Amino acid sequence: MKKTDTHTLHKETGLEEGPLPPKESRTQEFWRLLRKNRLALAGLIIFVFFFSIALAGLVLTSGNKPVFDPAMVRLQEKLRPPLSHPHLEAISSEETPTLGIYLCGTDDLGRDVFSRMLQGAWVSLTVGFVAVGIAVLIGIVLGGISGYFGRNPVRVDHILVACIVFVGAGLLIGGVFLAGVGLLCIGCAYVLFQRWWKKVGGQSATPLIRLFSAETFSVDTLIMRLVDIMLCFPVFFLILTVVALLPASMYNIMIVIGLTSWMGTTRFVRAELLSLREQDFVTAAKALGVSDWRIIFRHMIPNAMAPVLVSATIGIASAILIEAGLSFLGFGVPPPHATWGNVLSDGKRFIFDAPWLTFIPGFAILIVVLAFNLFGEGLRDILNPKLRERY
Amino acid sequence: MLSFIGRSIIQKIITLFFVMVISFLIIHLAPGEPSQVDPLNPKFTPEMVERFRSAFHLDKPLHVQFVYFYRDLFTGKSVSWKDNEPVLKKIGERFLNSLPLFILATILTWTLAFPIGIRSAIARGGVYDRSATFFSYLFYSIPGFFFAYILILLVVNTFHVPVIGMKTFGFGDVSVLRTVMDRVWHLLLPSVLGATVGIAVLSRYVRSQMLEVEGQDYVRTAKAKGLPSEQVHYKHALRNALLPFVTMFGLMLPGLIGGSVIIESIFSWPGMGRMAFEAILARDYPIILSVNFISAVLVLAGTFISDVLYMVVDPRIRL
Repeated sequence: MKKTDTHTLHKETGLEEGPLPPKESRTQEFWRLLRKNRLALAGLIIFVFFFSIALAGLVLTSGNKPVFDPAMVRLQEKLRPPLSHPHLEAISSEETPTLGIYLCGTDDLGRDVFSRMLQGAWVSLTVGFVAVGIAVLIGIVLGGISGYFGRNPVRVDHILVACIVFVGAGLLIGGVFLAGVGLLCIGCAYVLFQRWWKKVGGQSATPLIRLFSAETFSVDTLIMRLVDIMLCFPVFFLILTVVALLPASMYNIMIVIGLTSWMGTTRFVRAELLSLREQDFVTAAKALGVSDWRIIFRHMIPNAMAPVLVSATIGIASAILIEAGLSFLGFGVPPPHATWGNVLSDGKRFIFDAPWLTFIPGFAILIVVLAFNLFGEGLRDILNPKLRERY
Repeated sequence: MLSFIGRSIIQKIITLFFVMVISFLIIHLAPGEPSQVDPLNPKFTPEMVERFRSAFHLDKPLHVQFVYFYRDLFTGKSVSWKDNEPVLKKIGERFLNSLPLFILATILTWTLAFPIGIRSAIARGGVYDRSATFFSYLFYSIPGFFFAYILILLVVNTFHVPVIGMKTFGFGDVSVLRTVMDRVWHLLLPSVLGATVGIAVLSRYVRSQMLEVEGQDYVRTAKAKGLPSEQVHYKHALRNALLPFVTMFGLMLPGLIGGSVIIESIFSWPGMGRMAFEAILARDYPIILSVNFISAVLVLAGTFISDVLYMVVDPRIRL
């Protein structure tokens, strides 16, 4: 804005200084509100604490000679209670725990529970973050398409190409290489042909082409029906089925949890984009000739992040719970690796003799999940001005 | 209204078809085959595997298998691969076992969540409200299996009653009262566990609905004209806050079959969830797919019922 403009603006608004900037920046306001919401603040502090423990756990328990060895078996030292000292005469010098004391006791194989908990913290953290990351990514892309391009119709040729590509990919995976590659090539060729056709601007009205470009339903309908379909599956049962059928690995669990929990994010993003689409800054961006994808990801999504952040935080909590549940049922991360779920699951047989094997991982899961939930709910209140008055 | 019902039924049938296709593909495209479950079993000779494969159409292409499977399911002829029992009969038996759990858990949820939520909305910001909020988060976050073990320890150590299973084994000829009490004790813990998350979520929801309504002008008017506070809260506010909960009756339906895999396996409760879990372990595809299909039907029926109920209850909604 030029100087003369500001001057006239001062006159128009009737203020000496013109419109003032807000007294506090967004971050300052955020911190002020967060400090008032004590539960959310506690959640954040626990979360940061957990994060550093998990990082420390990764560093201290991995490698050839880890500082805390979670897999060291000492059969003569099994089921020692927490804070007990090792019998130094019964074990060799490299078997003594690093701290000189079993901080959280030992399990039925004499492994140090403290080291196993350290190792498990990293598993919980990565499962939570990667699963939610996948879910949020899918949610933002699908929700963005559905909210922004929602009114565009899907044409018959789109459906046909999608079918051809899908069948081709299926055949390729199924082992029929020639037919699969052929179908994929046909699909790609058609897409290229379409681009060229659009550029040339060819208009001809043969009935076949008219049939191909007949409009069926909107993109929005397609994506929302997909969400409906996914919501029909009983989630935990579906995850359990897939994890049981696939080879056991940590990455499969993350991917499966991520692929089954993107529906909420999609709906939030779509709803936000539907209202943002009508706002002036989007029209301005369009008038400037900004490309559609840049408008979506650079201009609209950042404005739609608030509900996504909230649901992601709570999603991490539920992903950690799901992973613990899977480990408990014996379908989690495969055995030599410790997770909180399988420490608890191994310890449940000794619940009367060695209750710490149940209670230490149980409370660890509870506290971390609680922290994420409290922080997520606090975020919801802080980021949504409408809720502030009421709660 | 009729056109809405017709449209949504057609939509739901299409959705159901895709659910059928996707669940079928997930199961059959996963690596491994049910005929290879137990390679060490000496009875599993190659001829047996071949017979097994042809008996269950496993040698046919996928789309043919799909048609065969759902034809068998709809005509009630599909059998479990594990023990050759009809799938529907098996599911029916297990369903009857899960039903008492579901009913008791639902009653507990709805009778406890409402008073808690209403009271914390009325006494907003007070000690009661804050502790109720904290405890609802706590119960929402507690892993079910961990809570189950805490409860088992508590009950077994203080009351000295057995709680695992549906009833005490070999409890034949004792008085009727003892038998009934035994059944109640066995029923109580799993249903309390099933209800905790529900109570936590529902009481928060009741609270926010009540707060929404308490802020309305007509409640202020009712207070201003000097009505006793019970009448304001329960007659003017609560009745209006109840609307959204009508729809939740519909959304409860899927809980009928979902059961809880974890809780039922901890308590050795022979219900739906545990059957599904055993079916997964044994790769008993007909059972897995049927449970999946029925629960999808229940989800769709539930959303349909809740839409219709909402239209009936709230004249402002015209879809």
